[in-house]
Amino acid sequence: MGKYIKFFIVGIFFGIVLVKSEAVSWYRIFEMFKFQSFHMYGIIGTAVITGILLLRLSKTKNIQTTEGSDLRVPLKERGFTRYILGGTIFGLGWALSGACPGPMYILIGTGAFSIIVVIVAALLGTYAYGLLKDKLPH
Amino acid sequence: MEYILQPWPWYISGPCIAIVMFLLLYFGRTFGMSSNLRTMCAIGGAGKRVAFFNYDWKSHKWNLVVVLGAIVGGFIAHYVLSNPINMDLSEATVNDLAALGFNDVGQNLLPPELFSWEAILSVKGLSILIIGGFLVGFGTRYAGGCTSGHAITGLSSLQLPSLVAVVGFFLGGLIMIHLIFPILF
Repeated sequence: MGKYIKFFIVGIFFGIVLVKSEAVSWYRIFEMFKFQSFHMYGIIGTAVITGILLLRLSKTKNIQTTEGSDLRVPLKERGFTRYILGGTIFGLGWALSGACPGPMYILIGTGAFSIIVVIVAALLGTYAYGLLKDKLPH
Repeated sequence: MEYILQPWPWYISGPCIAIVMFLLLYFGRTFGMSSNLRTMCAIGGAGKRVAFFNYDWKSHKWNLVVVLGAIVGGFIAHYVLSNPINMDLSEATVNDLAALGFNDVGQNLLPPELFSWEAILSVKGLSILIIGGFLVGFGTRYAGGCTSGHAITGLSSLQLPSLVAVVGFFLGGLIMIHLIFPILF
């Protein structure tokens, strides 16, 4: 169990950050798609810029993972169709439910138990993708 | 302490999210919250019927532990580290939502019009949450990632597929808010 503690702690930190930043709020997602506040763009923008800097730094400093391998990001498969179509379908759901997968779980902790309906539906959606995968353009 | 109790500004929150991504990479894993949906399908036995779920989900247990932590983190942030204050949403957002019939905007994290038990027990309310969740679950697997996998990890590592996916995220979101919401509400 010991090897999982670090993941539990990272998860706690992630949950706290997303609540304190209000990124788990339906209202903030609505506001973002209305371009009425810089808040969410600021969060995503500074996250990406910090991420780029951290990845650069780890490359120049040759940082190794705790497992002893080179620290690197897995590469996404090449393609266009799946990313634009899948992305658009995701975006429709993100704006409608106001929650992406991370916040869905975190909201349970804030006592918003009705979000469990969204999670169960998301599981069904994931299962439906698995069923239809080979018939969809990728 | 007072500073922690206030809502955190974007320039603190964003870098903190990047640190989460970096820590998971440092532990030899990767940041992607939607993968858990696939893992849970696999645990539920979906692999017996659908090949997509027939994989070694046990090696993804660490990611479910992240989820457990995130739920606990949500609890701590909401019940221990928060002053009960209204969200500082833009005035235009509050007005637009009022015009769509949403009241008490920003007094909770989620609008009671969609997430209260009363809303869930109505056909329209339940349909919205189910369709919204289904689209998220379907879309994220089709696109191979969600906000954490594509918008944070993918963009930070300058990957073109992730940029296309993020463009899709916004295309879908804009269509929903600007074209479909006025019909729904």
